[in-house]
Amino acid sequence: MTNLNAADRLLLLLFAVAVLAGPVILAPFGAGYPDLLQKFAIYGLFAIGFNILFGLTGYLSFGHAAFLGVGSYAAVWAFKLLSMNVLPAIVFAVLLGGLFALLIGYVSLRRSGIYFSILTLAFAQMSYNMAYSVLTPLTNGETGLQIALDDPRILDGAGQSGGLPLTNLFGLPMNQTWESELLGMTVQFNVGFYLCAAVLILGFYAALRIFRSPFGLMLRALKSNQNRLNYTGVNTRPYALAAFVISGMYAGLAGGLLAATDPLAGAERMQWTASGEVVLMTILGGAGTLLGPVLGAGMIKYFEAILSAINKAELSDLLSFLPDALREPLVSVLALFVGEGWHLTLGVIFMAIVIFLPGGLVEGARRAMRLFSRGASDAPSEERPAK
Amino acid sequence: MDAFLLQVLNGLDKGSAYALIALGLTLIFGTLGVVNFAHGALFMLGAFCAVAFDKVVTAERVLLDPIKKTPWGTPLEVRVPYAKVWFGDAGEWLIDYSVPISLALAVPVMMLIGVAMERGLIRHFYKRPHADQILVTFGLAIVLQELVKAGFGANPIPMPAPSSYQGMADFGALIGMEPNTVVYPTWRLVYFLFAAAIIGAVFAFLQFTTFGMVVRAGMADRETVGLLGIDIDRRFTFMFGLAAVVAGAAGAMYSPILSPDYHMGMDFLVLSFVVVVVGGMGSLGGAVAAGFLLGILQSFASMNEVKQILPGIDQIIIYLVAVAILLTRPRGLMGRKGVMES
Repeated sequence: MTNLNAADRLLLLLFAVAVLAGPVILAPFGAGYPDLLQKFAIYGLFAIGFNILFGLTGYLSFGHAAFLGVGSYAAVWAFKLLSMNVLPAIVFAVLLGGLFALLIGYVSLRRSGIYFSILTLAFAQMSYNMAYSVLTPLTNGETGLQIALDDPRILDGAGQSGGLPLTNLFGLPMNQTWESELLGMTVQFNVGFYLCAAVLILGFYAALRIFRSPFGLMLRALKSNQNRLNYTGVNTRPYALAAFVISGMYAGLAGGLLAATDPLAGAERMQWTASGEVVLMTILGGAGTLLGPVLGAGMIKYFEAILSAINKAELSDLLSFLPDALREPLVSVLALFVGEGWHLTLGVIFMAIVIFLPGGLVEGARRAMRLFSRGASDAPSEERPAK
Repeated sequence: MDAFLLQVLNGLDKGSAYALIALGLTLIFGTLGVVNFAHGALFMLGAFCAVAFDKVVTAERVLLDPIKKTPWGTPLEVRVPYAKVWFGDAGEWLIDYSVPISLALAVPVMMLIGVAMERGLIRHFYKRPHADQILVTFGLAIVLQELVKAGFGANPIPMPAPSSYQGMADFGALIGMEPNTVVYPTWRLVYFLFAAAIIGAVFAFLQFTTFGMVVRAGMADRETVGLLGIDIDRRFTFMFGLAAVVAGAAGAMYSPILSPDYHMGMDFLVLSFVVVVVGGMGSLGGAVAAGFLLGILQSFASMNEVKQILPGIDQIIIYLVAVAILLTRPRGLMGRKGVMES
């Protein structure tokens, strides 16, 4: 952790502590179960990677889900062919995600602006359609790619018997969970989550280093004025391509982790709605900021889990303190926004963010802080006349 | 020859839909400089105008038959649509032709939605980067489609074409070929003619009216037109409404071909964007030509003979063509210089 200033070191430390203590911190909010925690970490990683491209260079890719999907397929193939250890699977996923990003990025980055968005979208849709049709031998089409008993698994396939093997890290199964009581709540410590958390912290560290490096500065310059850079004699395309490949590797990594926690890969992960989701996460949290994407990913996955679980009857219970005449219409209106309709909430929040707070949650927090600190700095000035 | 002709015809109906949506997208982009990701949602809303209209005219009066009983012993219900009760034969005709007649509902509704959208939301995004415009209209598209899902449910709703247009038309015989060599669903033929009429009307409107002339002038140089004392904003707002109407009418008439569901707009939007980019951003003629071209290409790619050589080509042909065109002709087929270059 050399070359980081004190503030960054503190940020990294706080981030690491917050992530590692995730099961404890989030338990009171009803989000302390492994499945959701893993999603937080994985999609946080996905969004961090997307942010390196979109937040720094300003290239809006609408096809990042393709790399996530490729990562998932790569990881499941590694489970099928090599071993159930997650390490080779993850490495394989990152490499393939990066390779795929290199191919698509090389072509797409020849255009910029809306054309770039459409090109990435076209490539992602192409991959999605191919995963469903021609590539069925590789992807198992609509059923999704799964591990099976008779897979070769050349490294640890020998001597296995009984049910399907579990994904593991050197023998430690991913779905193992220790429960303990803390302050009257059940806290679940899950191996899979801690693997994801460790990778997330590493990914965050890498992003931090990129943000603070000359390379990161160059990417920002690309965003603010690419023409001027070109005129100065800088060939910008390698920088943009490097950013694209890095973010593709993050996406592949996220896809690999998705497969590591649940060894299944389906083409729907590549659909363009999934690409849209990571855009939403990044914007919601704050594009171009370090913490924003993780926050945005956490928010969206949290709301998805909480809101989609609420149904009309629960809503009615929740509002039981209201008189019937008021409650009935209110419940029927609110019911639009929960359960199946949680996407509506997502759309409304997203629009509100883009319209009123283009910098996302981080920008909002910064504004609130400024308001707060201005209030504090105003206080002494009021005392001054009294002196 | 007949097989060739049949594939061209097959491509035409999808191509018509692509062309109409792409035309609206290009109109909005050309006038307001806004990339509208909610345009697919407008197509979908148009289709649901048809669904809503159909639901209203087929609303049934339920009476209990005084004499007859069902096998379960309960009185037999007699269901008669109100339209038939009130208007007799005219009502029956109304039900049969609900899809084309629903245009009378779709056009004003879509105009209203379009104008409200431009004045209420898009107006605030002219000065913002294209990425923000994409994002906010993307958010709007999600909201619109979720609202439709809440109102009409998630399942596709089949819509009947008028009964006299439901069968197959012997297209070959019409143009002097042997009878029954080229038969084609009548409604799709109607849809193509409808699309051609709309496209012709939009072009004529832009080319031959004073209003259209001012709009074209505004597309070329908005500021100067404004300086000449013309309220160009108002005309551009109307053009946004017109683009919404084109998308909505396209959706309403398409409903017998593809049963409307809440995410049909998104499926079409992705392809329509590809169409716009292939045609050339900002070129109306390019959008229309590319729409038909890609529709026909897609239909050729789904022929069995082609699929045997290149399996799965029908799924990706449009994207493949788009990539090839963007790399060789960066401005698209008929793109103008200086549009979206940065």
